[in-house]
Amino acid sequence: MASAYDTTDVPAPRPVSGEVVIRMAGVQKWYDSFHVLKDIELEVHKGERIVICGPSGSGKSTLIRCINQLEKHQKGTITVNGVTIDANHRHLDQVRRDVGMVFQQFNLFPHLTVVENCMLAPMRVRGTSKQEARDIAMKYLARVRIPEQADKYPGQLSGGQQQRVAIARSLCMNPKVMLFDEPTSALDPEMVKEVLDTMIGLAEDGMTMLCVTHEMGFAKSVADRVIFMDRGEIVEQATPAEFFTNPRSERTRNFLGQILTH
Amino acid sequence: MIRAFSYNEFLFLLSAVQWTLALSAIAFVGGATVGLFIALARTSDIKAVRLAATGYIQLFQGTPLLMQLFLVFFGATVMGLDLNPWAAAALGLTLNASAFLGEIWRGCIQAVPRGQWEAASALGLRYPGLMRYVILPQAVKVAVPPTVGFLVQLIKSTSLAAIIGFTELTRAGQIVNNATFQPFLVFGIVAVLYFLMCWPLSLLSARLERRYALATR
Repeated sequence: MASAYDTTDVPAPRPVSGEVVIRMAGVQKWYDSFHVLKDIELEVHKGERIVICGPSGSGKSTLIRCINQLEKHQKGTITVNGVTIDANHRHLDQVRRDVGMVFQQFNLFPHLTVVENCMLAPMRVRGTSKQEARDIAMKYLARVRIPEQADKYPGQLSGGQQQRVAIARSLCMNPKVMLFDEPTSALDPEMVKEVLDTMIGLAEDGMTMLCVTHEMGFAKSVADRVIFMDRGEIVEQATPAEFFTNPRSERTRNFLGQILTH
Repeated sequence: MIRAFSYNEFLFLLSAVQWTLALSAIAFVGGATVGLFIALARTSDIKAVRLAATGYIQLFQGTPLLMQLFLVFFGATVMGLDLNPWAAAALGLTLNASAFLGEIWRGCIQAVPRGQWEAASALGLRYPGLMRYVILPQAVKVAVPPTVGFLVQLIKSTSLAAIIGFTELTRAGQIVNNATFQPFLVFGIVAVLYFLMCWPLSLLSARLERRYALATR
């Protein structure tokens, strides 16, 4: 299956390796009779940064949540780093080790300090020693520029700081791909930038990223490819230049008209 | 031959308090151990497990504790087991407490936001680690006040063990009353002794609840 990305005549602004990290083929999902994902075909290459946008209820969050199986799909196949998700729990474990996720509501563990939040998965999933886990945690907390908050509890931090901790917590598992599910939607406006800057830093280091976001500025400056979803379908995918200046479908134009005019 | 109520009778009642406390402690520890598994089963992803736990809870919540004690005590005899009143009371109360604690704790587990399960799963934690390191530590904080409240209930419930012949505080009261014929005095003292055991726990429960409410505001 050829993605729109391959056929578009606008050259990619940045060379992306041919290695496919995520492949979704014929993925379908229903909530009872509601068809949330309709025949999703998607390939994500190593180092690629993808922004997924679309109206609420279009299935964009559900799509990325299927990749690490927080939501189960009913049809089609999802392959991450060569491992196809099936009933075998080991495959799912492997996929989850390779895929980091950042949530809209941060979902930090409130009973653990910041550094303990970051140490938990390396220790309990990978079996890393406590000292090593702490070193890893401090390294990534420094990278999101809040090492001085390590011994505080999440409740003592601002929203932006909490989200940066959540990013660091994911990075401690050394993921191959990062999924962002509306990471700035729950933040006060003045905190959006610090989180976006952290994400831009990650992108510059070559992280493969899928971001569901309404931050069109981020999409324009960082994304290699923008995917527009509506009613459970991928309606259009293109480079940001193409997507914002010359959207092909009517639905995309309507959507852009609504979000860019205010 | 009627005896007067004397200091000795009072000491006899007072010493029976230890049996009430011992029975409560055993029923609480046993009930908590079994109750944890009931709560986990009630929140399981597997439907059959969930249904079995629901059935267990319904059974023990829907029948009187006294009947449960009778069934354990006489049921054991029917099955050829010689269960003394002490063991029968401990077993019956454990089963009953486990159903109630299981249901209380189910609510506490479900009070932990869905996002916590998702974040832990996304990090690769499987069920045992997810429960142990993420969900249960948070559920425990919610669970402490209602659990202490239930302990009050449990201490009072042990009085029913008197009927199958276990000599705890209530049974001791009956024995003393049979000898002295001063029911108002004897059972008045028994009631005061129960109150002295339960009241501090009620206060503690209320205090913990206030503290929890403050912490989550």
